[in-house]
Amino acid sequence: MGVARYWREIPQRYNLIGTKCSVCGTIYFPPRAICPNCRRKSAGKMEDYKLKGTGTVESFTIIRVPPPEFEGKSPYAIALIKMDEGCHLTGQIVDCNLEDIHIGMKVEACFRRIQEDGKRGAIYYGYKFRKAKE
Amino acid sequence: MASIVGYGAYVPRYRIKVEEIAKIWGKEAASISSGLYVFEKSVPGMDEDTATISVEAARRAVKSAGIDPKGIEAIYVGSESHPYAVKPTATIVAEAIEATPVLTAADYEFACKAGTAGLQNCIALVDSNMIQYGMAIGTDVSQAAPGDALEYTAAAGGAAFIVGKEGIATINDTVSFTTDTPDFWRREGSPYPGHGGRFTGEPAYFKHITNAAKMLMERCGTKPSDYDYAVFHQPNGKFPSRVAKMLGFEKEQIKDSLLCPWIGNTYSGSSMVGLAAVMDVAQPDQRIIVVSYGSGAGSDAFDITVTDKIEGIQRQGIREMLEDKEYVDYGTYMKLRGEFT
Amino acid sequence: MRDVAIIGIGMTEFGELWEKSFRELVAEAGVRAIMDAGIEGEEIDAMYIGGMSSGMFVGQEHVGPLAVEVAGLEDLHIPATRVEGACASGGIALHQGYISVASGMYDIVVVGGAEKMTDVAGGSATNILASASDREWEAFFGATFPGLYALMATYHMHKYGTTPEQLASVAVKNHYNGSTNPKAQFKRKITVEDVLKSPLVADPLHLLDCSPVSDGAAAAILAPVEVAKKYTDKLVRIKASAMACDTLSLHGRERFDALPAAIHAAKKAYEKAGVGPKDIDLAEVHDCFTIAEIIAIEDLGFVERGRGGPATEEGITSLHGEIPVNTSGGLKSKGHPVGATGIAQLNEIVLQLRGEAGERQVKDAQIGLTHNVGGSGGTAVVNIMEVI
Repeated sequence: MGVARYWREIPQRYNLIGTKCSVCGTIYFPPRAICPNCRRKSAGKMEDYKLKGTGTVESFTIIRVPPPEFEGKSPYAIALIKMDEGCHLTGQIVDCNLEDIHIGMKVEACFRRIQEDGKRGAIYYGYKFRKAKE
Repeated sequence: MASIVGYGAYVPRYRIKVEEIAKIWGKEAASISSGLYVFEKSVPGMDEDTATISVEAARRAVKSAGIDPKGIEAIYVGSESHPYAVKPTATIVAEAIEATPVLTAADYEFACKAGTAGLQNCIALVDSNMIQYGMAIGTDVSQAAPGDALEYTAAAGGAAFIVGKEGIATINDTVSFTTDTPDFWRREGSPYPGHGGRFTGEPAYFKHITNAAKMLMERCGTKPSDYDYAVFHQPNGKFPSRVAKMLGFEKEQIKDSLLCPWIGNTYSGSSMVGLAAVMDVAQPDQRIIVVSYGSGAGSDAFDITVTDKIEGIQRQGIREMLEDKEYVDYGTYMKLRGEFT
Repeated sequence: MRDVAIIGIGMTEFGELWEKSFRELVAEAGVRAIMDAGIEGEEIDAMYIGGMSSGMFVGQEHVGPLAVEVAGLEDLHIPATRVEGACASGGIALHQGYISVASGMYDIVVVGGAEKMTDVAGGSATNILASASDREWEAFFGATFPGLYALMATYHMHKYGTTPEQLASVAVKNHYNGSTNPKAQFKRKITVEDVLKSPLVADPLHLLDCSPVSDGAAAAILAPVEVAKKYTDKLVRIKASAMACDTLSLHGRERFDALPAAIHAAKKAYEKAGVGPKDIDLAEVHDCFTIAEIIAIEDLGFVERGRGGPATEEGITSLHGEIPVNTSGGLKSKGHPVGATGIAQLNEIVLQLRGEAGERQVKDAQIGLTHNVGGSGGTAVVNIMEVI
């Protein structure tokens, strides 16, 4: 992934900035240009919206055969998370025993290192999730 | 002078015990622990580094201050383990707390006092009305060569302080004592530091802290008993007690800031995380002296008075945060430190 | 719209074919199909070749003219193009070929699919396959392709009580079927225990729950029914060809225990064909992972929603069961050269409907179905064929 490609999405990767359809109020993450409910009525009417960062685990898995960018970092957990705002996203769950992860677990976003472009390239930061504080 | 408006700290949750490290090198854990007064140290997760820890601390500081991050017009991150040699950590933090784009930012390096150097800069910028709020962060994910004495204490953690005109604690004065003393260093491109062994004591740590502390108390017309809390740089659990005694402070005065025995030396984070732990318990009108130390060498000393505004903020609960921990063995420790990849 | 028939089929064997290059695979499958159809080559009006990523696997785009050149048809200047829909590329090639003949635009059309996956290192293959998922919002964070299907498996197990043994029974059945298929990559039979003992790839999926990395190509020749009669009396007609898409990302879907694109494509196909699930005699479904087959047989209406696991365990989809699924061995045992799969599935159904499937022949096979999926369900193509 080139640096421009990563940089472009920093608001999403660092701060979970999605979009809200100002016509029907639905919140989307990642951002959308058009609302699937409102279609052309929503063109130009999608506003930036920052997610709270909290959500619930809808499903999860433990990756044991990682892709090349994640060599040496497995096993790690990937989860399908339903954010409190209603939209879903995919992310890693960290800072807990892999066996303790369960469907229904409450999680909150945290800022972590995701990937690096080798030893000489850029470092890509973004969101991962950890168990939510009570 | 300026005031502290908000603060935050973060220490990764993994720990490795002194005995776990000693076991690998065939050393006597008990004598190491009693010699250093350190029992365990913090270890960063594989996906944590100075940038991620700084962001955690910074976000907590912004929340505690209750301010609009756009008002933060200067951010300085001090560390000796910045993720990049060239490309600032400060801008990553700035973006992550949504303070961009109207601000000045830079990274600092001065071994373990890089964070407090940034704090002095923020005080000056606020005092001179150049900025509304400034943020100074001290964070490290310190490196130590496997088998070296520093391996027992080189730890990870960081704290962020937001400075403004009025706040929860007034910074009455600050003064620094600086010389060129090569007690501890790390060469460009080298993964691990070098140090002068016992030379890091008397001519380095003790000389600079005692001089800076005395200079500050002379300027402020104070003596040790005027302070409720004393925060000194914590390379191990013993040095802060020794320097406290040398200066005439009591054990009582340093106990709230002394975290090293349980988290190790967080380097640029050390005095600032210590100060954060004090801010968690300090009451209005109480007085704090902070003296950091950075190898190379220098000490920044601060005289601080807590205001009644501290009762209005949510304390960070740092000691409580430190209770949520998970122990790892040496192999996992090496894996987390990225030593294998 | 004209009726379309398949007049010829052909495929290479699937496996790690070190001796064969990408273009050699394309040529071999094409030639076999032409021979089977009994045509010369001059009759061909167009070609649609399915391929997920010859660009990333062998650095080769512009596959249309490559196929024309290896087929020796450059002097006819026929139109040829690659179509792509990740693992559904082959099915889409069939769909596009079907549309071109049914509409009257072309008469004799070659549809094919090919993938050469072993010219790159294993890690690269994983990375390339990840481009079937959402690169920015899934792969970037470390979600692998097996990982995405594992998310569906965990969800399915939680919601319906599907067990790891039931997942394994899909692989066991398909290996059993593949053991009689000379083109299959893996011809050895396996047990449930073998599957559960194989290393975990992405919990709960073990290595033997996952289809392999393979090389291979397959082709078929389409013709309008009236013209087809000239070439063969064993006519197999395409009753319906339907395609549907959904979100690229798994997390964007309206549900995680099914593939809405497959449900929709199947519905359209059944409607067009005027048949229902009960009328299907056999099906080739997209078992890129065992959970995918379990979800497929539910999506296609062969079993009740949630019952895919127990149904497979009970043998409903076995070779001699109520509705044989993946008699070829499926992607699991036959192999999964990504772009070729959709056409390989067609090859099996045609073979079965013609009564030429030998040891793995399904008795009285009249109506067959192929189900080809792209990525984690972003694309689905369902085709229904019958003997006439």
